[in-house]
Amino acid sequence: MKFGEFGGQFVPEVLIPPLKELEKAYNELKDDEEFKSELDYYLRNYAGRPTPLYFAKNLTEKLGGAKIYLKREDLLHSGAHKINNTIGQALLAKKMGKNRLIAETGAGQHGVATAIAGALLGLKVEVYMGAEDVERQKMNVFRMKLLGAEVIPVHSGSKTLKDAINEALRDWVATFEYTHYLIGSVVGPHPYPTMVRDFQSVIGRETKRQILEIEGALPDVIVACVGGGSNAIGIFHPFIEDRSVRLIGVEAAGKGIETGKHSASLCAGEKGVLHGMLSYFLQDEDGQIATTHSIAAGLDYPGVGPEHAWLKESGRAEYVAVTDDQALKAFVELSKTEGILPALESAHALAYAMEIAKEMSKDEIVVVNLSGRGDKDLGIVMEALTCSASRL
Amino acid sequence: MFRKPALITFITAGDPNVKATLDFMLTLDKYSDVIELGIPFSDPMADGKAIQKANVRALKAGTRVRDVFNLVREFREYSDTPVVLMTYYNPVYRRGVERFVAEAKENGANAMIVVDLPLEEAGEYLNVCEKYDMGTVFLAAPNTPDDRLRMIDEASSAFVYLISLYGTTGAREKLSQLAFDLLKRAKRICSKPLAVGFGVSKAEHVRELVKAGADGVVVGSAIVDIIGKYGEDAIDPLEEKLKELRSGLIF
Ligand SMILES: Cc1ncc(COP(=O)(O)O)c(C=O)c1O
Repeated sequence: MKFGEFGGQFVPEVLIPPLKELEKAYNELKDDEEFKSELDYYLRNYAGRPTPLYFAKNLTEKLGGAKIYLKREDLLHSGAHKINNTIGQALLAKKMGKNRLIAETGAGQHGVATAIAGALLGLKVEVYMGAEDVERQKMNVFRMKLLGAEVIPVHSGSKTLKDAINEALRDWVATFEYTHYLIGSVVGPHPYPTMVRDFQSVIGRETKRQILEIEGALPDVIVACVGGGSNAIGIFHPFIEDRSVRLIGVEAAGKGIETGKHSASLCAGEKGVLHGMLSYFLQDEDGQIATTHSIAAGLDYPGVGPEHAWLKESGRAEYVAVTDDQALKAFVELSKTEGILPALESAHALAYAMEIAKEMSKDEIVVVNLSGRGDKDLGIVMEALTCSASRL
Repeated sequence: MFRKPALITFITAGDPNVKATLDFMLTLDKYSDVIELGIPFSDPMADGKAIQKANVRALKAGTRVRDVFNLVREFREYSDTPVVLMTYYNPVYRRGVERFVAEAKENGANAMIVVDLPLEEAGEYLNVCEKYDMGTVFLAAPNTPDDRLRMIDEASSAFVYLISLYGTTGAREKLSQLAFDLLKRAKRICSKPLAVGFGVSKAEHVRELVKAGADGVVVGSAIVDIIGKYGEDAIDPLEEKLKELRSGLIF
């Protein structure tokens, strides 16, 4: 299954049978009542769904434009939307008889969410993490270990997220008989982009029900940050047929697109093939994949999920980029006005939403997917703000 | 495309630099029936440590796709030995499949292996290879079912590459039984020459595989490891290893 020309299964031959096995298992289970109710049980009672759709009154008044609503994925157990997917896939793995999970992680959010799902469901977890990220994210490494997972530092390539994915794929090629590769975003070969989207779409389904309840109308704009694109597709997907709703994905412009130090694959990348999918990637003329930068580790990936590439190409969604500095400002703003520390990733979405809300009329509605909480980022934010104390 | 049984040797182009690679190719040529030349890639996800490091060294040295084509052209001034380009799909896709294949052919490459391009995604590539008379090699693994093996055989105009194990490239001490099982199955199903690779590192491995009916045996990491160790000065130890491997063809 493809999204226009995007997606596909660009993998070594040995992975074709395990991907077929996964697709078959997923297709059988996704409409299975018992599986659905089990997943629903854990999302409700363990992860904390449904999450609130909160009217950010103070922020709205301060900006004086459209009403801003926050979808509070930050309130989920583990502190981010990632757990919607990890519980889903871990349950699936268990049904498939795989007793070992492997995952890639950048900042450690997906690694933590996988470790949690593994602990919950009694599965062994090993997480690949770039050696540089292991250094930068000591707390999350410790968290994963406490949760019973093993963290394997990856020393190859640029020693960051894309190399962790390469290493996880190398592991899977040798261990697929008893291992499920639990990919953390809507990336990778089919069926991952579809499956992860389905698990994350609970965000959009709830949002739709909630906004109709509160406002009796659909939102005018939905804004979400885009790393691989899972929280964005999760909130966008149930609204794709609602043509009146503008869908905006916000990428990381890092230090500015013109500096080359960013990770805005849709805004500044070219079509290419990596990690099993045809999509947009930051790369050079020879197709060598670029190294990326963002203050938000979760956005620091040179590619993007194929469905976003398709939504961009078809014009159904728009993609923009926000710099490190803009995201930091939004981080501080939300903390002060609403008492909510957003994840730096989510702060990208917020920064853009604040920008456009100002220009919109008071009866219009903007929903921001607050994909995670900011506690994990305090070290980075503290460092960035002491460099420019004036921002406080 | 080759005399049987064939020794097929692999190195990464540009490791440690393009000039040294030409010298290495001329050395390989003395002992090999086919040379596989890897195009360095930033994200070689099907490769183990040895070839990953070779890719890093080649890219650090500034090796471009254009340099690899030039290398084949220069090699053609000395030898007619078949050269198979081994690459990941992105460098091909980014250049444009037709342009890539046309340039590779023009410079003297005989066939291509695209590691992460399974049959389902290979429609355009197959048409272009046919148009330019570029040989195709697809990989099959121990878990490839019979019907797929048949399709892979059909799509491979040069030879079929049988992967000897579950895992990435890299020298191994012993051959896995999986290699022999796959070879036996492939001999029943396939009509094209069968080359076995991944993990093959010793004369003894070569001998066992040829005895079991392999038409060709591919050795990569064991050779790349020597280049990793000796750099530009690898010629003598390379010759020694190649002599040893070659002796595996005689029994
Ligand atoms: C809080 C948060 N938001 C967003 C992302 C980006 O991922 P995605 O684009 O798949 O939602 C991450 C990734 O780690 C994250 O932790």
